[in-house]
Amino acid sequence: MATIATTTQVPTKKAQRNSLWWDAFRRLKRNKIAMVSLAVIIVYVGIALGAWTGLLYPGVGIGDPNYQYQEFSSQHPFGTDVLGRDVLGRAVHGTATALSVGLIASGISLLIGIVLGAMAGYFGGKVDALIVWLYTTIDSIPYILLIPSLTFVLGRGLINVYIALGVTSWVTLCRLIRGEFIKHKNRDYVMAAEVLGAGHTRKMFRHILPNVTHLAFVQFGLGFVSAIKIEVILSYLGLGVDPRTPSWGIMLDDSKLELARPFWGNLTAATIFMFGLILSFNLFNEALRDALDPKLKNR
Amino acid sequence: MFGITLITFILFNMLMGDPAVRFAGRHATQAQVESIRSELGLDRSLPEQYIFYVKQIVTFDFGRSWATKQKISTMISEGIGPTLSVTAPPFAMSIVFCIGLALFTSYFRGTVFDHGVVVTCLALLSVSSLVYIILLQYFLAYHLGAFPISGWDPSWIGRWEYLFLPWIILFVLTLGSNILVYRSVVLDETFQDYVRTARAKGLSSQKVFAKHVLKNAMIPIITIIVIEMPFLITGTFLIETFFSIPGLGGMIIKGLNESDFPVIKAMTVVISIAYMFFNILSDILYTVVDPRIKLG
Repeated sequence: MATIATTTQVPTKKAQRNSLWWDAFRRLKRNKIAMVSLAVIIVYVGIALGAWTGLLYPGVGIGDPNYQYQEFSSQHPFGTDVLGRDVLGRAVHGTATALSVGLIASGISLLIGIVLGAMAGYFGGKVDALIVWLYTTIDSIPYILLIPSLTFVLGRGLINVYIALGVTSWVTLCRLIRGEFIKHKNRDYVMAAEVLGAGHTRKMFRHILPNVTHLAFVQFGLGFVSAIKIEVILSYLGLGVDPRTPSWGIMLDDSKLELARPFWGNLTAATIFMFGLILSFNLFNEALRDALDPKLKNR
Repeated sequence: MFGITLITFILFNMLMGDPAVRFAGRHATQAQVESIRSELGLDRSLPEQYIFYVKQIVTFDFGRSWATKQKISTMISEGIGPTLSVTAPPFAMSIVFCIGLALFTSYFRGTVFDHGVVVTCLALLSVSSLVYIILLQYFLAYHLGAFPISGWDPSWIGRWEYLFLPWIILFVLTLGSNILVYRSVVLDETFQDYVRTARAKGLSSQKVFAKHVLKNAMIPIITIIVIEMPFLITGTFLIETFFSIPGLGGMIIKGLNESDFPVIKAMTVVISIAYMFFNILSDILYTVVDPRIKLG
């Protein structure tokens, strides 16, 4: 009853937010798995920020050659690697790399996907044909080849990984947004906005876009996970970040020949860190999708 | 089709700098660079180069690899055998196994068993594929010595012992996502009206699943399978590099590491064409499986 009371008092804009986002938020809050995953993700963000600002393991890049391949100990929970660097510190800094890749790469693809999808769906005609042609073409080149070719062309390095992953992963979102825009562009509220004198840009991004943001949210989560996974593989293959950049992929590459020594630090640390992040992201995504799905509303 | 050739052409020709300089090496004279440039056809205008490139694709003659000087068309036809013998068996096994398990979990939906399978799948998906390969290779091949660590035998009989471990790994790698996808497809079907009708007729639950649900779920499942077909070629680049199997995936990675542009270009085109072919095939199969749909 309380929600109904507020919707009647507050003007329309807030009421609308109540209906979709608060509903979703309330449903998420009830979901214990989602909340635990969210907490884990927040911990990871904290770790990444700590590494990025230099509070956690500041001098991890410089190892001490006298201390290579140390056993697991309280000082070095995952031992030290071939250059005597603390493996836990490397994994912590790898978290910053992974999260930045996920965030920036899926941010880029979000931007491209929304703008192109909105334009294609809204304007239709030639613009639509061109954009559809562009994404079907990009989609038919397997990412396994497209991304390495791009990083190859751009050169190695973190920034180029962002760009390569970003410009290759917007297709699904673009397709979804385009479909929604086609559906929405002739609805009454858009016509009303036009009557009030709203231009194309205003109608597209101020009026229609808020109605499709939930799609963007879910896609952002999915893109985040796959960007991190692909970065690890690319870095492993030597096509991703520079070897001096701390990355889980580089750690896995190092670990391959170290198992026979036996030294397990790199493999264990990278796997545990990645497992925690990706699993909580996957679980949170599932919950978010359910929460935003209007069909499951009254569950 | 036109799009793919154009985009790969732009990608490789405009952005990669001057390959002739790279190719000639650091100590080449200007004249040597020029002669290589004309040998590679780089002294011609861009439209001419583009037409030459399209001609290469149509005639399936991609020239020679810069690294090994072999003809690329021979390299591809030699590589496809090993690649398929690595990918095809686990691909088929995984499909059968995962559809079976998906039917099972949707039959017991909402139970502990169902939740257990879903959580296990999500957990399986959260480990990098690299970790599976490294660990399984280490334990099964190095530690237990059950399989050779890596290697290849060109003869059909000799290659078996090298194939088992890649098969196991590929099978494990595809489990997580396959089960989740098929499960959601089958679950969608179980809430349809015809299921209720069939139950109301007095059919047993098991029979409804085996006959009605499976048949209807086959439509989306076939699409998924056909669209995943290019995986048969691309799916193994990691495994092929790990186990030094002379297939197409390993060829791509080698090409990338050695800046072997003709190889990369040829592979991109070949795989893109395969992808398109399977896309069209899935559209056609729709009409075969579901008579309600007609090709428009």
